[in-house]
Amino acid sequence: MLVSIYRYNPEQDSKPAMQNIEVDVPADRDLMVLDVLELAKAKDPSISYRRSCREGVCGSDGMNINGVNGLACITPVSRAAGPGRKLVLRPLPGLPVIRDLVVDLTQFYRQFEKVKPWLINDETPPAIERLQSPEEREKLDGLYECILCACCSTSCPSFWWNPEKFIGPAGLLQAYRFLADSRDTATAERLSELDDPFSVFRCRGIMNCVSVCPKGLNPTRAIGHIRSMLLRQGT
Amino acid sequence: MDMVVNATSLGRSGLYDWLIQRASALVLLAYAVCILGSLLFTQDLDYASWRAQFGAPAMQIFSLIALLSLCAHAWIGIWTVTTDYLNEAHLGRAGTAIRLFTQGVCALLTLIYLLWGVRIFWGG
Repeated sequence: MLVSIYRYNPEQDSKPAMQNIEVDVPADRDLMVLDVLELAKAKDPSISYRRSCREGVCGSDGMNINGVNGLACITPVSRAAGPGRKLVLRPLPGLPVIRDLVVDLTQFYRQFEKVKPWLINDETPPAIERLQSPEEREKLDGLYECILCACCSTSCPSFWWNPEKFIGPAGLLQAYRFLADSRDTATAERLSELDDPFSVFRCRGIMNCVSVCPKGLNPTRAIGHIRSMLLRQGT
Repeated sequence: MDMVVNATSLGRSGLYDWLIQRASALVLLAYAVCILGSLLFTQDLDYASWRAQFGAPAMQIFSLIALLSLCAHAWIGIWTVTTDYLNEAHLGRAGTAIRLFTQGVCALLTLIYLLWGVRIFWGG
């Protein structure tokens, strides 16, 4: 099958270009996009991309596959390209390209860091552990599973236009993960840091994040919850 | 956390702008329904009856509230669009100057329309 791969080495190339590579794939089974990429790399070892666990857990191989962000290792070729069609691989959109399919995630991590993605509790720790009821624990489902692959934030136009001010869906999902945690005591401080016109409110609810998330999470809903909490605190 | 400064946004708070945007949208919807209703259900609609409708004190107040809502709604929208697209990432070093100029022109236009509208609805 024909694979078209975005190639760019900023040290040598004046501009990016697409490279077409013909890859022999077995006809009797469906490969994942990452498998095809590995076959392409066997033909041209200079192709660069990130990968690690190859089973959708580490979040390294987020890329733009035929126009849709996703993890190459768990996206079947049949779903990405369909029979007889070309597979087109580009880096995640909106971030600086380091080389080929490898992007610089600094802005993404900086926004993640801003929401203080750790538990803050100023009370004396109990002897064993801080307990939660099953209901309190249930509130964290759909939030803690994020693997930070950046598929969502790099599919969001608000993040493309304001990557240094808008926290983006991945960061906001984690912001809500700690706002919703019964053991966290910094709720008011966390909310007051989100009240400006950019951090949360640049979200226009177009739900690109929801449609691309490889883990099936819903950042738009989390952003809605944050808005409701801000409304409760601010009015 | 970095302080995100917004000297030209309407309320300088995301929540405030967001609330005003939604509240003003509701006012404009109610006003549109009201105007549409009067267009559809007024018998023998002519200049005199149209003028009498808008001259009634309740309608004068409603029109002014709708006008204020329209201006606030427009300003928040324009501010959002200009901060998305008219910046240094898109336009290079001139970005800030172009954005401030555009915001200034839009603010002036909004103010002119507001005062003009007040004159029309309340000028007698």
